[in-house]
Amino acid sequence: MTGESGRELILGRVRRALRDVPASEQPADHPVPRDYAEKHGERSHDATVGLLAENLADYRALVHRTDAPGLPALLARLFLERGARRVAVPAGLPVGWLAGAPAELLVDSPDLTADELDSVDSVVTGCALAIAETGTVVLDAGPDQGSRRLTLVPDHHICVVRTGDQVVDSVPQAVRRLSPARPLTWISGPSATSDIELERVEGVHGPRTLEVVLVTGDPREL
Amino acid sequence: MTGTYLGMPSFPRAAESSTRDGRLRANLRRATRTIRAKRDRAVAELDDWERLRAAGAAVKDRTLRHLDHYLVQLEESVARAGGTVHWAADAAEANRIVTGLVLATGEREVVKVKSMATQETGLNGALAAAGIRAYETDLAELIVQLGDDLPSHILVPAIHRNRSEIRDIFRSRMADWGLPAPEGLTDAPADLAEAARLHLREKFLRAKVAVSGANFAVAETGTLVVVESEGNGRMCLTLPETLISVVGIEKVVPTWRDLEIFLQLLPRSSTAERMNPYTSMWTGTTDDDGPRAFHLVLLDNGRTDTLADAIGRRALRCIRCSACLNVCPVYERAGGHAYGSPYPGPIGAVLTPQLRGLASPLEESLPFASTLCGACFEACPVAIDIPEILVHLRERVVEGGPVTVRGTRTVIKPAKRHGAERAVMRAAGWAFDHPRALRRGQRLLARTRGLHPRRLPGPGRAWSDTRDLPDVPPESFRDWWARTRGGTGRTGGTS
Ligand code: SF4
Repeated sequence: MTGESGRELILGRVRRALRDVPASEQPADHPVPRDYAEKHGERSHDATVGLLAENLADYRALVHRTDAPGLPALLARLFLERGARRVAVPAGLPVGWLAGAPAELLVDSPDLTADELDSVDSVVTGCALAIAETGTVVLDAGPDQGSRRLTLVPDHHICVVRTGDQVVDSVPQAVRRLSPARPLTWISGPSATSDIELERVEGVHGPRTLEVVLVTGDPREL
Repeated sequence: MTGTYLGMPSFPRAAESSTRDGRLRANLRRATRTIRAKRDRAVAELDDWERLRAAGAAVKDRTLRHLDHYLVQLEESVARAGGTVHWAADAAEANRIVTGLVLATGEREVVKVKSMATQETGLNGALAAAGIRAYETDLAELIVQLGDDLPSHILVPAIHRNRSEIRDIFRSRMADWGLPAPEGLTDAPADLAEAARLHLREKFLRAKVAVSGANFAVAETGTLVVVESEGNGRMCLTLPETLISVVGIEKVVPTWRDLEIFLQLLPRSSTAERMNPYTSMWTGTTDDDGPRAFHLVLLDNGRTDTLADAIGRRALRCIRCSACLNVCPVYERAGGHAYGSPYPGPIGAVLTPQLRGLASPLEESLPFASTLCGACFEACPVAIDIPEILVHLRERVVEGGPVTVRGTRTVIKPAKRHGAERAVMRAAGWAFDHPRALRRGQRLLARTRGLHPRRLPGPGRAWSDTRDLPDVPPESFRDWWARTRGGTGRTGGTS
């Protein structure tokens, strides 16, 4: 009941409020200048990857670099350093990534409860893409990333970025590549708050530690 | 939030009391200056900032000029993606819809992520009356809720509290709301944040229903966007089974691509970061990922009345970044509570009187709570000319004229009730009577189109002590208005 009447009431008010807009004007008739930059500055691809690393670190993500064959050893070392014993993984993570990691794996599934997730030490995922200018990784719940809560509840997130084909320069380039049909999470550093006297504190509700691994080559075959 | 905005005193009275609060002023000064400097750096990184601003303003104007079209499109897109759209003409209807949706789930608790729209509607009070407990999960909102307090800044709502006050609030109140504060809690921000993490985690993990706002709603795709820092947004948007988002009708943007503009403008203007830590985007519901039921409640509550005013309408471009607060000399002195609504600072001074109508001395005084220095306009990422709207609203208050109230066009009379007139003059006098505020304003003179009063307007000068107003001003209110046009600089020009 409220739905219909509220809807007609509001749309009627909107139309009356817009009496000054000529009836012949179509939405696209009101011009939107899009002469803003597609990206900021000219760089080689290597420099773009460097900028990504720099901006990630600036917002307190821990950044590592490796080639594809070195990925499993690097991940194993990161878990060891962290003392991570239980690690959550998305169902589509290449099996070779965690070969040799001394950890018990918990595979993402709809049956996993939030409490179970709360009991893991770390989660490792891939990503949809990363944005150099802002130091952002974007997850789109693809097979190597899993459901959104997988990367939210554990306290330690390791995100693997393929430098060859997953790094874009800018926000406009990212928006063009992403699909709004998928649930998206843009992550720029660990969670943070400045709510208390504007003093920045890292790690409130999301993972308090974000590690980003920049990989050359193609680790999907591992 | 258990505080209330009802019966708030008019701006100058509230401002005078916060001005006397030295600690509040020190907190505010430090906070706004820190953010200001950071923001300047974040903005300077983008050499196309002015073009982004122009594009952002144009997208919002296109949306507002065809809002009916985009709202219907948004409704279709959300429904197609598995969501349900509800329409709420006013606060009471929004609260009724949300309460009904929560009760239908059988749950009696909801987690909330910062939503100005539900502060505006007083949702928490309505839920409480129906036996539903709403837990605020934003750290600052938690501080405000536990302290039975009201937010005072859009971005940092508890900016008026310092660390030891926050520790005391946590120690004495957390136990009433769930997990008590840890033994021996110190006032170090990291410890306080940790206490909040523990307190809220058990709520997130068992929550079945969440209420959120949204920063943007994309008509073309039905996508909603929440921009945040702490991760409480992600918790609320992904863990519960039912998600209810209450969103003002002006939050719609036409296309997916438009987000490339706002995701550059908003973080840099707001937290002064290249990008905020977390941004969530969702389109309806997704199998096996996130809530199974999604409800979008579209809120009018005075927005269509604002839309009906071709000048005042521009205030609806606002993306709630809070940049205008941080540059405002009057906000820095007066604090957020003086504005008597969830929308403090310059944007509140133009939005509140339009959303609520010129309903009481508070709303009538707000357009006068400004020196018209123009710093807000310069900082605004969607180029809202706030001084122009302020002058326009001042004229409405003083001279009366056509307005739209709950969808009906009507003509209001000039403010002549004694109380209103006095409140208005006090606000104008207050803004002009704080030399530091004015000085800061004058630094910005170079770009402010001759809007500056060179000296205090007649009554403002005569009433140098706003706490002790003579009952009969030496110059009548309307004479002063006619002579100065509300402080638009006819008396002085630029010095
Ligand atoms: S009016 Fe402009 S500067 Fe102020 S909060 Fe809104 S968008 Fe930001």
